[in-house]
Amino acid sequence: MGIYLPIAEMSVNVLVLLAMGAAVGFLSGMFGVGGGFLITPLLIFYNIPPAIAVATGANQVIASSFSGALAHFKRGTLDFKLGTVLLAGGIVGSTIGIYAFSLLRALGQLDLFISLLYVVFLGLVGGLMLVESVNAIRRAKGGAAPTLKKPGQHNWIHRLPLKMRFRASKLFVSVIPVLALGAGIGFLSAIMGVGGGFIMVPALIYLLKVPTNVVVGTSLFQIIFVAAFSTIIHATTNQTVDIVLAFVLMLGGVAGAQYGAKAGQKLRGEQLRALLGMLVLAVAVRLAFGLFLPPPSLYSLTGLTVP
Amino acid sequence: MTGGKKALATTLAALCCLPVAALAQAPVPESIQIGLSTDRIEITADFSGADLTIFGSVENADPLINRQGRYDVIVVLEGPARPVVVRRKDRVLGVWVNLQSETFLNVPQSYSVATTRPLQDITGPTNYRQLALGADNLHIQPADPDGNPVTIQQFEAALRERKKATGLFNERVGGVQFLSANLFRATVSLAPNVPVGTHKARGFLFRNGVFVKETSAHLAIQKSGFEQMLFRLSVNHGTFYGFVAVGLAMLTGWLGRLIFRRD
Repeated sequence: MGIYLPIAEMSVNVLVLLAMGAAVGFLSGMFGVGGGFLITPLLIFYNIPPAIAVATGANQVIASSFSGALAHFKRGTLDFKLGTVLLAGGIVGSTIGIYAFSLLRALGQLDLFISLLYVVFLGLVGGLMLVESVNAIRRAKGGAAPTLKKPGQHNWIHRLPLKMRFRASKLFVSVIPVLALGAGIGFLSAIMGVGGGFIMVPALIYLLKVPTNVVVGTSLFQIIFVAAFSTIIHATTNQTVDIVLAFVLMLGGVAGAQYGAKAGQKLRGEQLRALLGMLVLAVAVRLAFGLFLPPPSLYSLTGLTVP
Repeated sequence: MTGGKKALATTLAALCCLPVAALAQAPVPESIQIGLSTDRIEITADFSGADLTIFGSVENADPLINRQGRYDVIVVLEGPARPVVVRRKDRVLGVWVNLQSETFLNVPQSYSVATTRPLQDITGPTNYRQLALGADNLHIQPADPDGNPVTIQQFEAALRERKKATGLFNERVGGVQFLSANLFRATVSLAPNVPVGTHKARGFLFRNGVFVKETSAHLAIQKSGFEQMLFRLSVNHGTFYGFVAVGLAMLTGWLGRLIFRRD
């Protein structure tokens, strides 16, 4: 069953898109991630132009994050103040990211840059996750108690100036790393079409020592607004958001997420993290192959719009 | 890709009143006519490429030459022209990177050809070059005419090759069939990614390998109502379109939670 995408100006199979959305939704429900880091590469593998895959991916992320954030909002597991500071940084980062996106697109280096960013970030995060979870599984088998960091433990981040108090997170920390983290995620959101949860969550836990119960809600809160901002700016400057494509993916995604969440409850935390780590690594390896293998054609065409 | 190719048949009006070939008098030069029943084609949500049928006639045909099958017709559907950047990847530290690029002006976005016989059997390469007829003979102008001619030639060849590989430049040998002595039917292929805009249909008549006459007609290919509306909105009111996209995503997320409540 074909469907014509008005912005991508191509005809694609709607069943493939629904299946793609559902599969990613299933995984995102299972692991509690937005899924943007899977959707965008999948769209690129499916020959959607990377510029459109990224902007549409950012749009799709809003749907899954919004659904998740509502749940956290209801339970109150969300630090508004921390989320707002992260968001302020995120808006700046996203603006820079979109400017870089337009520039790279004009230079013809956008596709390469997107792939490189994906390989680096997915490789790092996937690798760390896999190592950490395999160690945890080993420890659990050995019967030793997992070593937890003591709450009073501080690192260099906590010695920076301009401190601010975040009550919900029971945190007294400089705004500099918070703004910088927000900006970094905003930049990646604009260029990679991801929410950035897969980087944000570990960064909040390990770098800022935010209590785990508010981490996911706060991260989702920030992701919604940054992804919304990226979507609107992409639509304004690059006209690369394909609303039909995004909607079909969302439909598959929200349905798949529910089954994924149920499946996720049956698996143990370390096993889940090991599986997710392997999945993330697999996507990184697949993208890396694309960078190093000789392309089917050395030449590519880009149409210029008549000014 | 699902969905079969849809035949968009067009008919020629006023075919019935063709003048009968004048006999015994001083030879009146032949001419060619093509006709489209519609001046626009809409791309709907289920579009996955199509065949476009164009009817036409050869007027004042010489019956003798006609009997010998020495009339040939080539029909071309040429898409709107745009500037195109051709980029070439080269290896840098093992990674394939776009390095060199060459810009060409006025490249037709699509170029579909239908012929009575293989192109090389109709007439010689010099004629095709003079007429700029056929995907290999299209005149493509580089943006920087003073550049290295070898590079420009290489990139120009790559441009044609890529356009052919994506089906935007295509050729259908035998796509033009004579239905009677004067009447012919041409079938040209529209690729699934056919560009929207004003296309030019051209018919070329050859007698014994000699070019006789050319005719043309215009055809608008556009997205159908809903797709066109979205496209216009995204181009003219990008910010509003962005807000709509965000709103739709939030609504879907909210509804998803309502329908499949987890907690």
